[in-house]
Amino acid sequence: MSGITFIRQLAEVVLAIAIAPLFSGWIAQCRAWLQNRSAPPLLQPYRMLDKLFHKDAALAMDASALFRATPYVLFGAMALAAAIIPSLVTDLPLARVADAIALIGLFATARVFQSLAAMDIGTAFGTMGARREMMVGFLAEPALLMVLFNAFLVFGSTALPDLVDGYAAHRAAVDPSVIFAAVAFLMVLLAENARLPIDNPATHLELTMIHEAMLLEYSARHLALVEWASSLKLFNYACIGFALFLPWGIATHGQDGGLPLFLAFAALIGKLALAGAALAFVESLSAKLRIFRAPEYLAMAFLIAVLGLLVHLLLRA
Amino acid sequence: MVHDLRFLLILVTIWVVLGLAGLLGLHSIRLERLLFLLGALVAFSVAVLAGMFLAAGGTAQVLVLPLGLPDLPFHIRLDALSAFFLLLVGVAGAGISTFAAGYFRSGEGTAPALLGLQYHVFLASMAVVILADDAYLFMVAWETMALSSYFLVTSQHRIPDIRRAGFLYLIMAHVGAICILLSFGVLQGGSWQFTFDAMRGASLTPFWATTAFLLALLGFGAKAGLVPLHVWLPEAHPAAPSPVSAMMSGLMLKTAIYGMLRISFDLLHVRLWWWGALLLALGLFSALYGAIFAAVQTDMKRLLAYSSIENIGVIFTGIGLAILFETSGLRLFAALAFTAALVHALNHALFKSLLFLATGSVLHATKQRSLGKLGGLIRHMPWVATLALVGTLSIAGLPPLNGFVSEWLLLQSFLFTPQLPHAFLNMLIPLGAAALALTVALAAYVMVKFYGVIFLGQPREASLANARDANWLERLGLGWLALGCIVIGVLPQLALRSAAAVTGTLLGESVRPSATVWWIAPIASGQASYSGLILLLGIVGVVGVAFVLVRFLAHGRVRRTATWDCGYPWQTSRMQDTAEGFGQPIRHMFGGFFRMERDLPSPTDRAPRYRIHIEDRLWRGIYLPIARGVQRLADAIGVVQSGRLSIYLLYSFLTLIALLIFVLL
Repeated sequence: MSGITFIRQLAEVVLAIAIAPLFSGWIAQCRAWLQNRSAPPLLQPYRMLDKLFHKDAALAMDASALFRATPYVLFGAMALAAAIIPSLVTDLPLARVADAIALIGLFATARVFQSLAAMDIGTAFGTMGARREMMVGFLAEPALLMVLFNAFLVFGSTALPDLVDGYAAHRAAVDPSVIFAAVAFLMVLLAENARLPIDNPATHLELTMIHEAMLLEYSARHLALVEWASSLKLFNYACIGFALFLPWGIATHGQDGGLPLFLAFAALIGKLALAGAALAFVESLSAKLRIFRAPEYLAMAFLIAVLGLLVHLLLRA
Repeated sequence: MVHDLRFLLILVTIWVVLGLAGLLGLHSIRLERLLFLLGALVAFSVAVLAGMFLAAGGTAQVLVLPLGLPDLPFHIRLDALSAFFLLLVGVAGAGISTFAAGYFRSGEGTAPALLGLQYHVFLASMAVVILADDAYLFMVAWETMALSSYFLVTSQHRIPDIRRAGFLYLIMAHVGAICILLSFGVLQGGSWQFTFDAMRGASLTPFWATTAFLLALLGFGAKAGLVPLHVWLPEAHPAAPSPVSAMMSGLMLKTAIYGMLRISFDLLHVRLWWWGALLLALGLFSALYGAIFAAVQTDMKRLLAYSSIENIGVIFTGIGLAILFETSGLRLFAALAFTAALVHALNHALFKSLLFLATGSVLHATKQRSLGKLGGLIRHMPWVATLALVGTLSIAGLPPLNGFVSEWLLLQSFLFTPQLPHAFLNMLIPLGAAALALTVALAAYVMVKFYGVIFLGQPREASLANARDANWLERLGLGWLALGCIVIGVLPQLALRSAAAVTGTLLGESVRPSATVWWIAPIASGQASYSGLILLLGIVGVVGVAFVLVRFLAHGRVRRTATWDCGYPWQTSRMQDTAEGFGQPIRHMFGGFFRMERDLPSPTDRAPRYRIHIEDRLWRGIYLPIARGVQRLADAIGVVQSGRLSIYLLYSFLTLIALLIFVLL
């Protein structure tokens, strides 16, 4: 690979890692405004990370190596995913490493590691969180696959760069099934990233938490890495959503100059700002579901995605 | 060159000789240990030979052996399909035999020499099943395989439950064998030649082809554990010693897959599209069924047995898709689905053997099979725990390990189903892909339960603190299988290339084994691509950089303290989630699948006890009615048995009269 593509690849990863906490901070800010609270500063997540990195790690007596390694694995998986997802440019050397299905697999790897680490100490909360996390995971995956199936039917590929290029090629003919897919994807995004209505990112009420329950035993730098990885995960999901449904502005094949890159960056920031506000809005409108309503919620996401698929097949026939 | 086939025959013979050699010292563990190691070496050689044969392109070699009945010599044949399955048997067999050398000790219920004999005959008969080129030799080897494995399952024959499990297995094996025999009877198509060559040449009408296919499906489905013929699997696999469970689950089920592929893609020339739809539906149902039942098990080996049903279902799904594509003329996609099925068979042989063997080590170290009495073993058995983690992640279908590769291939082939010319089916099949995704994700749930409850958390019994790690032979066997999982995961090209030789000869089309050295793109380079190697390197790279940066910019201080748990100070191992607890959401969501009996303690109980019993609905729905019917029939026939000699003489007399009338007329 040439030097310039390599630098672009590196720049994309570093950018993703750098602004992922900002995105989480922005959502928290929007939520606070919508709920009539005074908002935390936009840079609060960075201060949090800085504080955590400088604390001493308190580790439970019988935590195994798996428990200590997991934060790094999570962070590594999410950073790698950020390198594969075309958030700024589609012409990335690593983009061919995994198509969208393999990306879901990568997220699943992270989820399994996190659940195993939560079971490592053997506390009631940790194991309960692990069980619930895996449950939400297996319910969300069929819906997500249907969304990708739909994208494949419309554009003939499951590789994200191809999808973005496909949009650029025939922007006018947007398929109506995509709208269904987008709704289903949004529902899955909320569930997979431990947000309302499945989980509450701000909760510390023991019996209702899923994601937080798995992190209870982590502290200091380990906690910082896990938190950073979760904000990266949200960022990655948002970028997958952009690539699937709002690919405008991403520099496609051949657009190599500085201007497309700058435009892509501006578009990304704009989309993130809007998406963050929209997420906060959706979350403020919804109440947390009982854990046993989660299957219904995700079955709904699945059915909407299937509906989109049928719409596509019927319109084509 | 016929050399490969000759060498393979010699190797198979060595297995038998090794088995017999053990009889020189009936109770000598040392002798058996040596023989098992030699057996592992033979298995390794089989794998190497088969691999080289596939790499050379896989031109068929045939041989007629001067054995068997007069005028019925044994025919054997080595082609790409049999070489692929020999590769599977060799690679997994080498690991299992090495482990077995360290595992078997006296007091397993049967003398070590007999175990060794049965074990090696079992291995050799599987190889012969795969090499056989006529129905006669195939059935002889098939029955040898069933009998030797029956004796291995019942090696603890003094326990009544194990005898029962073995008997159930024997019945199912024989019902299946009858169906296979009948299928061969149909396949010869009136020529009365039972060589596979004659069957390839026979021309069958669609009706008889369908009959042969359905009989084969019944026979091989019973062996593979396809729902609803799966009932023997969760009984027999836990009953057997762990290396035998590994052999049965990892290898023997694959011989049934082999038979299915051999009959439907090689011996039969007529294929109908609805066969594929049938296999697809059965496969998906089995996969989902197996995964759901695995999630509610509390015995670690039963859990793995149900997970085998799930994986067999996944393989059958691939075969079904291949038939659907092939009958519609979409050969490239047929090759893709076929490749997915083959690679998944290979992967399952590796990771399922690995996990069964790991349960063997746990069983020896703790004497416990119930998940409710294990826990925290990662601290006492780090070797087994680490190697089992590789198997767990593989079977959960996670990149960059091998289980993901085959599942990815299968999902990719699902993506092309809208090109099939069946409009109605096209609307249904995407739901099949969703069912597959659900199954794969459920498998991850099951494996988190399996690993988390056994190896993580607090030990649920005080005696677990004395658990000792596996010995070096066991570690070597586990390590070999784990290595296989990793290698196929990061270099799927190797498996794809071997499978390409098979699809090339059977379908006349193969997927592209690799786009570049780095990644695979089975359909076209512009299409979906995947690279396990770069994923692994990427994660390792980022983890390394992150680790160094954290240490360099921050610090690495660690303070060991008590568990936090929201400040709750009083922790016991009983407060962790149990295997039952992990099954609870599944019981809640998929309640229709089970028959459940529960005793819930009342709030005033002095000694509260919680008991739950979960049963397969099919057991009461299908098997007990059949058993009752047979019983009733036997009772009805029993009427003629009065026990008096004069009556029996009268029967003979009447029969004679009837025959005489028949002859005279």
